[in-house]
Amino acid sequence: MDVMPKWAEVVLVPLISLLLAAILSALVILAIGEDPVAAVNLMITGALGSTYGWGYTLYYATNFMFTGLAVAVAFHAGLFNIGGEGQAMLGGLGVALVCLFIPWPHWTIAVLAATVGAALFGALWAAIPAYLQAKRGSHIVITTIMFNFIAAAVLNYMLVNILRPAGSMDPATERFPEAVHLPSLHDLLAPFGIAFSKAAPANVSLVIAIIACVLVWVLIWRTPLGLEIRAYGKSHRAASYAGIGAVRITMIAMLISGGLAGMMAINNVMGEAERLVLNAVEGAGFIGIAVALMGRSHPFGVFLAAILFGFLYQGGAELALWTSIPRELIVVIQALVILFTGALDNMVRMPLERLFLAFRRGGTT
Amino acid sequence: MTATHPAIELKGISKAFGPVQANKDISIRVMPGTIHGIIGENGAGKSTLMSILYGFYKADAGEVFISGQKTEIPDSQAAIAAGIGMVFQHFKLVENFTVLENIILGAEDGGFLKPSLAKARKSLVELAAEYELNVDPDARIEEIGVGMQQRVEILKALYRQADILILDEPTGVLTPAEADQLFRILGRLREEGKTIILITHKLREIMDTTDTVSVMRRGEMTATVKTSETSPEQLAELMVGRKVLLRVDKTPAAPGPVVLDIQNLRVVDDQKVERLRGIDLQVRAGEILGIAGVAGNGQSELLEVLGGYADGTGTVTLNGQPIDLTGKYSDGRSRRDNGIAHVPEDRQREGLIMDFAAWENTAFGYHRDPAYTSGMLSNNAAIKTETQAKMDRFDVRPPNLQLAAKNFSGGNQQKIVLAREIERNPDLLLVGQPTRGVDIGAIEFIHQQIVALRDQGKAILLVSVELEEILSLADRVAVMFDGRIMGERLSQDTDEKELGLLMAGVGA
Repeated sequence: MDVMPKWAEVVLVPLISLLLAAILSALVILAIGEDPVAAVNLMITGALGSTYGWGYTLYYATNFMFTGLAVAVAFHAGLFNIGGEGQAMLGGLGVALVCLFIPWPHWTIAVLAATVGAALFGALWAAIPAYLQAKRGSHIVITTIMFNFIAAAVLNYMLVNILRPAGSMDPATERFPEAVHLPSLHDLLAPFGIAFSKAAPANVSLVIAIIACVLVWVLIWRTPLGLEIRAYGKSHRAASYAGIGAVRITMIAMLISGGLAGMMAINNVMGEAERLVLNAVEGAGFIGIAVALMGRSHPFGVFLAAILFGFLYQGGAELALWTSIPRELIVVIQALVILFTGALDNMVRMPLERLFLAFRRGGTT
Repeated sequence: MTATHPAIELKGISKAFGPVQANKDISIRVMPGTIHGIIGENGAGKSTLMSILYGFYKADAGEVFISGQKTEIPDSQAAIAAGIGMVFQHFKLVENFTVLENIILGAEDGGFLKPSLAKARKSLVELAAEYELNVDPDARIEEIGVGMQQRVEILKALYRQADILILDEPTGVLTPAEADQLFRILGRLREEGKTIILITHKLREIMDTTDTVSVMRRGEMTATVKTSETSPEQLAELMVGRKVLLRVDKTPAAPGPVVLDIQNLRVVDDQKVERLRGIDLQVRAGEILGIAGVAGNGQSELLEVLGGYADGTGTVTLNGQPIDLTGKYSDGRSRRDNGIAHVPEDRQREGLIMDFAAWENTAFGYHRDPAYTSGMLSNNAAIKTETQAKMDRFDVRPPNLQLAAKNFSGGNQQKIVLAREIERNPDLLLVGQPTRGVDIGAIEFIHQQIVALRDQGKAILLVSVELEEILSLADRVAVMFDGRIMGERLSQDTDEKELGLLMAGVGA
């Protein structure tokens, strides 16, 4: 019998983890002589108090949804894809090539093509570690980390030597043409009479990210392929008993995972920067791991966790802007949340399970 | 002397794991110099009870008396100090150490090995003479057989001055001859005044060797009787709580044409060891061919290659059509397409995904079948409807299709696998250890289902390490030893003794 009811597993464990992280963060803020209550207020108003704040929160959340889904899909196959960062970088390259070298009549077609390009480049970048894992047994954690570095170097080379416009000192591509400009939430919501901040970067990619959440849910829980991915992730022997090929599942799961990570680029490269710059991913690939862990690798969980991390990112930026809390401490707070929700899951789960056990025993005897 | 005190006495032991009451108010008295059997189905609480006695678990309530003295056993060190020795089902030996090194491991005196080794060697010689427990002290564990390894475990306990020896399912890995030898040793230990507790689910072992026997069912001690005053039928009834049929009820087979024909089948494993060394076998329609043998002699590899998850060489035909043994069309899916169904040996690691719900497991392996899909998607509604029907037909309890496989008992898990495989109406059914870890009540049902499939004219290849099961279920028996078939017999023309010799590799 399961020790805890499902609601406790899904709601209570992350909530308590979050609370612990918040308490510890408050202590850290107290220790440097700032007021934690004021800090929380500032974070909430800064991230959620205006459509401008929401615009940033949702922009970050969009990134995290893509990278979180990427990690989640690989998790279901028992693969730990730490290469979301590199795959998203390459996705950016795919988006840049699609946007710069093909004249698009309208953003709607462009965004579809860019999504395909981003997914393709991300998937290809994941394909090499996947192949090495499937055929040679090279551990995917090691290879995907390595490929993050290689991706950074590739991007550096491409931007400095090939894509940089002549005469520019900046290692970045030129701006994408006006036709591929993606509508922001301001543009999308205006027809409905909702006034959304014009300056915020959240854009139509959010809709694509939500669609991706739904599609991943369908894939994992409603298709034979999803069953095979989950089965392989649970038991390699049972998978081979059922005739589910290890090489096939490893490749497919990692291609989907890399593709999803790559698709992040339509948000940050095409939607926000509108050109490809160095370090465009800004660690979102790694945040994806925490998002997937906290979201229990379930697309809806990933969706919620991505919004939470979007809030932390935007709220943290506000803190850095308006208080004397140093930037580094904000990173510490974000790290605490990742630590508690992701890595220290069992610390909360075990006592909670014991509590439920004791409670149930009290009830039955 | 304290001879009038029981060697070991448990009073009112209770232990719960969460909502599960593993032991409930259990009391036992075992007199010194006797062999006491504890019998019960899987999950009846036998192992929990012994773990409490050996200090692995702490009882919620109850007391332990050793030779009349109330004794606290907080850990295994205390158990050893109280004179209790345990021989586990899975031996706890260091493979690349010698026998002697294993014996002193954890009982070294002083910081230097040499004096301890010399001392152990001396007492080992004495022990060997006293109990006729002959082992070579300098042999490495990995080089000696399973029966010998078990003797090392017993010696380890005796070296630590154990007076009470607990053996947990000791014959699971032994040939019948090795088991006989073990029971001779136990008899000898009893003569020397040692007290032995034998935990087993095999009725025959209880009847043959014990003086008294306790029966456990669902955490409770249902009876303690003198072995001489009981019968296997009575014990089985006490274990299950109702009358059970110990023999398989079946009519003689009516074998038809050859369904499975295996010629010179060879399998080499990852370590380049040849596991199957040229197997020739035939299975006909309407018959059950049993493969007997001690675990690890190639039976698993035979099932794996036929089931499509190991590569092999040779010729295998199904209804006259050759099937691939390597390459793209040698996987489990192709085998299912060919009409081979497979109830694997290890249902928890192979046949089921333990975290999946019962309904997902019902489609597992056949999940791409058109009946279970609609377009790109799974037809979950259809799978669930069918699961419910299968659970009714196979009496799976509880009939809850959303419950994860791990939450069913061993017997019900096996019923889920059987329902899935049998109802595909295969030409050939591969069955590995159909009743391992399955309670007696369910064994009867599972055997009936396999016989019913045979009577429909299907070919069945049965692998089991339980000789009794092979003899009662199979129509024909082939014995495997070291990757070869040692001989074939009709099951009505043979007995355990003859098969036991073949299983030990003694040619006929």
